Amino acid sequence: MRMTGAQIIIETLIEQGVETIFGYPGGAVLNIYDELYKASDRIRHYLTCHEQAAAHAADAYARVSGKPGVVIATSGPGATNLVTGIANAYLDSSPIIAITGNVATSLIGKDSFQEVDIYGVTMPITKHNYIVKDVSKLADTIREAVKIATSGRPGPVLIDVPKDIQLAEGEYVPQPRYTPENGKYGRIPDEAIEEAVELINGSQRPFIYAGGGVIMSEASKELLEFAELIDAPIGLSMMGLTAIPGDHPRNLGMTGMHGRYAASKAMSEADLIIAVGTRFSDRATGSKLEFSKGKKFIHIDIDPAEIGKNIPAYVSLIGNVKDVLSRLNARLTACERPEWVREVESLKASPENNPELPDNKLTPKALIEEVRKHMPDDGVVATDVGQHQMWVSLYYNFSSPRTLITSGGLGAMGFGMGAAIGSCIGRGVKKTVLFTGDGSFHMNLSELATAVSNRLPLVIIVMNNGVLGMVRQWQTLFFEKRYSNTTLNRKTDFVKLAEAFGATGYRISNKDELPNIIKKAFETEGPVLVDAIIDRDEKVLPMIPPGGTINDIILEA
Amino acid sequence: MDAKFLLSILVKNEAGVLTRVSSLFSRRGFNIDSLSVGETESSKISRITISAKGDDYVKEQIVKQLRKLHDVITVELMDLDNTVIRELLLVKVASKKGELSDIMHAMNIFRAKVVDLSPASVTLELTGQSSKIDAFIDFLKPYGIIELCRTGITAIGRGDYILKNVKEND
Repeated sequence: MRMTGAQIIIETLIEQGVETIFGYPGGAVLNIYDELYKASDRIRHYLTCHEQAAAHAADAYARVSGKPGVVIATSGPGATNLVTGIANAYLDSSPIIAITGNVATSLIGKDSFQEVDIYGVTMPITKHNYIVKDVSKLADTIREAVKIATSGRPGPVLIDVPKDIQLAEGEYVPQPRYTPENGKYGRIPDEAIEEAVELINGSQRPFIYAGGGVIMSEASKELLEFAELIDAPIGLSMMGLTAIPGDHPRNLGMTGMHGRYAASKAMSEADLIIAVGTRFSDRATGSKLEFSKGKKFIHIDIDPAEIGKNIPAYVSLIGNVKDVLSRLNARLTACERPEWVREVESLKASPENNPELPDNKLTPKALIEEVRKHMPDDGVVATDVGQHQMWVSLYYNFSSPRTLITSGGLGAMGFGMGAAIGSCIGRGVKKTVLFTGDGSFHMNLSELATAVSNRLPLVIIVMNNGVLGMVRQWQTLFFEKRYSNTTLNRKTDFVKLAEAFGATGYRISNKDELPNIIKKAFETEGPVLVDAIIDRDEKVLPMIPPGGTINDIILEA
Repeated sequence: MDAKFLLSILVKNEAGVLTRVSSLFSRRGFNIDSLSVGETESSKISRITISAKGDDYVKEQIVKQLRKLHDVITVELMDLDNTVIRELLLVKVASKKGELSDIMHAMNIFRAKVVDLSPASVTLELTGQSSKIDAFIDFLKPYGIIELCRTGITAIGRGDYILKNVKEND
């Protein structure tokens, strides 16, 4: 079938199962948008206020649905506005396809209007990227991009399409939709499995440290089975937080810099750590030297380059987490470690793990727990970045995988609004919560307009302390309270702001109002914002200072 | 312990592939001592030879990270005992009266060739291992090196040590 490049792009996306696109039109993508207009009954486009939010939305859409997220932007500024979103997807291994227009090939390299070498710019933050200079290669490039983005360790792929390629005519031949072949990544030799089993059987105090790979490979069941077989507790990285239910007896919660006391302590006491689909980020380990002292490691991951990158592994099992765990489970015989279990139980019950918080105050914990009561177990929570993000990680009792959408590796403030929009749409426009802070929210609050235009049922909780709380916390602890540029004192009235955008706004100033207003917020149709006033000196605790160990843990301040 | 090592990489002959490979080194904080690249027996495949320094950790990470690149076909940490390593030097030396014969003498010992001669200078070509080239340059320095360029190392396995037949074992 003869088609223009722009038509081929839309047809190939539809052929590959794409139903939803986020984006923003512009000069270099006019032809693509024209085809989107004609195909609007087969593919839905969501217009954001800024390309960054479109990229975050595509990222969140991918994370909640397990399908690739697609974002389109024009050349130059449109493309550079995607960069934070692409980097975010790269660091959190999220499969997005970014399609950018560019100036015509004859104008490339001449500093033409709205020309940027986005191919060069995004090379270090994509799994792979392309500039297509031949219309006959366009369809296959998109197919290959889908394959690269979704197979193995997922990641973002960018396709830059100059304007003349969108206009040029080429042949389009439909192809079947790509489905990732997971088995392909499970080429583990029997000896490695045997070695792992031997290490596990020889261990007195095994600890399972699970991450986002468990969620991506949908291995929650296998992970819990594994934990039962070897009688070990599970600690989670932030990216792995929804892998197993928050209240599961094996679950000690998040480990690392702001992890739960019992999780970090048990991890430090362990003689064997079995890392499952995680990469030992510096935020999770603190001092790598101290962290790994006296311990052995079994590392399970789909990406061979993660083995030994941050922590040397005794045994590495490279493959899809689900496949690897299944093989291990089949080979293991159940054992009991009553002493270790008792030790872990006492850590769990210790006062350090259950800090007492004032109950007459509007604390972040009270706020989060109140919101939780109104959300179904499979309801999605998005966050921005900062203290509120850690509080959600600590206090929101997640029940089901893919329900926490947060910026883990990049830690991008401003992620939240786009992420909440993408999450909501990716779950078929279901009630979605965004926890944000007044700092993060100010970065991309214009996306309230997107939420209102699409009548998205978002409940936006702004934890408003008038400061950049996380940075302030570091300044309090490590910079002798010199609050350089973190006291915001902005005069923004978030309730009026919500109303100005056509959303509903509420304010909570004290704990008495909490149940009633949260209830009202959840009953409100369309986007609703709750301005929750919290103390500016609330801290995220516990905290292991950067590069520190469990011995440096700060439990109260 | 930092040690020198040599990587031979087969890549798809696509635009931008050299940037992908070289920027990976800087992005991950690894240094390149020498890099050379050219087409292979297949016009669709290029071969990159990189010489670098690092400990076992660096070596292992470089190989694994390179293997993740979509355009990279094969990465081999060359077995130096089983590899022919060569570099080409072009050097222009001032040829003052009376000195030319000294230079010519050394040239014979090193098996360099004269590729250009002018009243003021002589241009020499030398192929060999880097250490030999370094020694030749050291010898020439007192005579006045006007201009110098080296191609960077290129390398090929001996006998049936053939890159495209090397199976990657992760």
